[in-house]
Amino acid sequence: MSQLQIKDLNVSIGEKAIVKGFNLTINSGEVHAIMGPNGTGKSTLAKAIAGHPDYTISGGDVLLDGQSILAMQPDERARAGLFLAFQYPSEIQGVTIANFLRAAVQARLAEGEELDATAYYKRLYTKMDLLKIDRKFTSRAVNDGFSGGEKKRCEILQMAMLEPKFALMDETDSGLDIDALRIVAEGVNAMRGGALGILMITHYQRLLDYIVPDHVHVMWDGQIVKSGDKSLALELEAKGYDWVKKELAHA
Amino acid sequence: MKPPTDLDATSVADETIAGENPVQGIDQTAGNFSYNVNYEFDAGTGLSEDTVRYISSVKKEAPWILDFRLKALKTFLDKPMPTHWATKDLENINFDKIRYYLSQGQKPKRTWDEVPDDIKKTFERLGIPEQERKYLAGVEAQFDSEAAYSNIKDIVAKQGVIFVNSTEGLREHPEIFRKFFGKVIPTGDNKFSALNSAVFSGGSFIYVPKGVKVAQPLQAYFRINAENFGQFERTLIIADEGAEVVYMEGCTAPKFSTSTLHSAVVELVALKGAKIQYITVQNWANNVFNLVTKRGVAHEEAEIKWIDCNIGSRLTMKYPGVVLKGRKARGEVISIALANDGQHQDTGAKMIHAADETTSNIIAKSISVGQGRSTYRGVVHIPKHLKGCKNNTECDALLINSNSRTDTYPAITVRGDANYVQHEASVSKVSEEQIFYMQQRGLTEAQAMSLSVNGFVNDLASQFPMEYSVELKRLIDLEMEGSVG
Repeated sequence: MSQLQIKDLNVSIGEKAIVKGFNLTINSGEVHAIMGPNGTGKSTLAKAIAGHPDYTISGGDVLLDGQSILAMQPDERARAGLFLAFQYPSEIQGVTIANFLRAAVQARLAEGEELDATAYYKRLYTKMDLLKIDRKFTSRAVNDGFSGGEKKRCEILQMAMLEPKFALMDETDSGLDIDALRIVAEGVNAMRGGALGILMITHYQRLLDYIVPDHVHVMWDGQIVKSGDKSLALELEAKGYDWVKKELAHA
Repeated sequence: MKPPTDLDATSVADETIAGENPVQGIDQTAGNFSYNVNYEFDAGTGLSEDTVRYISSVKKEAPWILDFRLKALKTFLDKPMPTHWATKDLENINFDKIRYYLSQGQKPKRTWDEVPDDIKKTFERLGIPEQERKYLAGVEAQFDSEAAYSNIKDIVAKQGVIFVNSTEGLREHPEIFRKFFGKVIPTGDNKFSALNSAVFSGGSFIYVPKGVKVAQPLQAYFRINAENFGQFERTLIIADEGAEVVYMEGCTAPKFSTSTLHSAVVELVALKGAKIQYITVQNWANNVFNLVTKRGVAHEEAEIKWIDCNIGSRLTMKYPGVVLKGRKARGEVISIALANDGQHQDTGAKMIHAADETTSNIIAKSISVGQGRSTYRGVVHIPKHLKGCKNNTECDALLINSNSRTDTYPAITVRGDANYVQHEASVSKVSEEQIFYMQQRGLTEAQAMSLSVNGFVNDLASQFPMEYSVELKRLIDLEMEGSVG
């Protein structure tokens, strides 16, 4: 049982405060959705937790199983069990998915320990079968010339192989048509529960039809302003974000 | 200067190892070590007619070779440094402080057991005997001025393949080698080809008879061991009609506080329908001036391919070329250069089309790290009277840091309208986003950089023989490891 605690987190880019006193605790097995209009700091939150160098943590803490991760490099955070599924994954020319994942898996082994290549490929193919990904896919260079759907599938495959404790999924639904969305959702649903905790960031309710969250939070101006169960997402869909805005004005 | 007959009885002295590697298996300093060796033959420091006569006399050369050398010396002294277009760093070479000839003898051994221990341990440490057993048809291992070891597998020798050093080649087989020697690259081609022609020693002379296809590569390893030394090997490869051969060379030197000069001349002749592939993976220490002239002549339907990887050195100036002399001849240069802090890789290619329907292909990729500088210089020449010639040139530069530098100087001269040329160039920088992405998957910053760079050259590296692409990857990893602060 693992726990990711985000405590009174403040994040800024340069002088500009983006995330303002954000609080949330996620346990293994839980799926949390964060919804909110553009520009409320959802993506900033995810990247800051992953350790992106452009973001400054100006206050608060992020704890993984009780240990602060803020002093750790992005790769150390990743190896500690944090995975960020990118909204816009980078292309890596000349590096196949299979080799990239192999390097990532190797990086998790103790120094001097060599990866068992046969076992690695066996596991990779099992995960690909699970996600209904064609075998030829992993011999392509990472995200190089991929469609939006292929990029997202590549993210989910990496997530499946690296078996993180917590996955931060940043707008995984953006750029996906309905078929791609369904396939990606199936993959996430196959992984959910058990040891994996998920923080899902989305702008639209649509994704939540396929990956049904345990908790829904509305983010506004850098913090959570409303939490509830999956019905909150439907309410938001029906009433729009203006509803939250009005509620806030009354509060 | 010792007289040629002076034999030194105490040949083995203390050994010193610079930068002994503490981690077994991860050989960060593969080439950075040197052993004290007592040289029986030493031409002393500085260059004069006496130096040239000394070298010629210890090699017991025919008079025409001495004449050739002396004329070359005059050409060298008369020619100015090419600093009107090249880097001024060339002016920092002090020819008076260089040692031009050092050896323990002129006759290479045919078995490793016969190679003196103090030299053998160097090559064992570099893994040469092991590679020979595994996948090579023949090996020449040059230590400073002369080959300490040279052997060709019986099965290859029986096909009539000749694989010897330059001294032996000119002495034992003048009827084959004299005809082409100095013809592809004339003495006066440039200042450094003249220097090489005056003081050359070592290098490989290869002849592959008509129709013989050498199945495994022949390899030469060039090792500089002595400080202030100049290595001037001379290589001539002749593939007779329909013959095929792959030649690979590796080069290393220890890091000395003073600079070292490596100035080779390599001539290739591919007769009708022959194929020569020449592969270089060099990892010179960062105080080596590496000024090499490499050129091949491809006759009718022949093919010459240079695969050239330049890592290390202080300054490398090297532009492998192919003269496409016969109809339908093909020339190709695949070039990878990595310039780290304090290094300048000035590399490129020359394609001289001299017959109809000749094709050439140049793909050059360079990586500049830190304050490293890479320069691409290319010459493609297609005269007006030719028909059906094609050239494709691609040069891509990757910059790692914001203070890294790259320059591209492509000179493509195409006359007439019956020829086809294509040129593409790109400069890209490893982005912070890409590194963050890879770090988020658990790779350290250095591992991410390495992977990025390896990915950038991957399409070229995959054309190398397996062992060399593994070596290239290892060298890139080592270079990138130190590049992240």
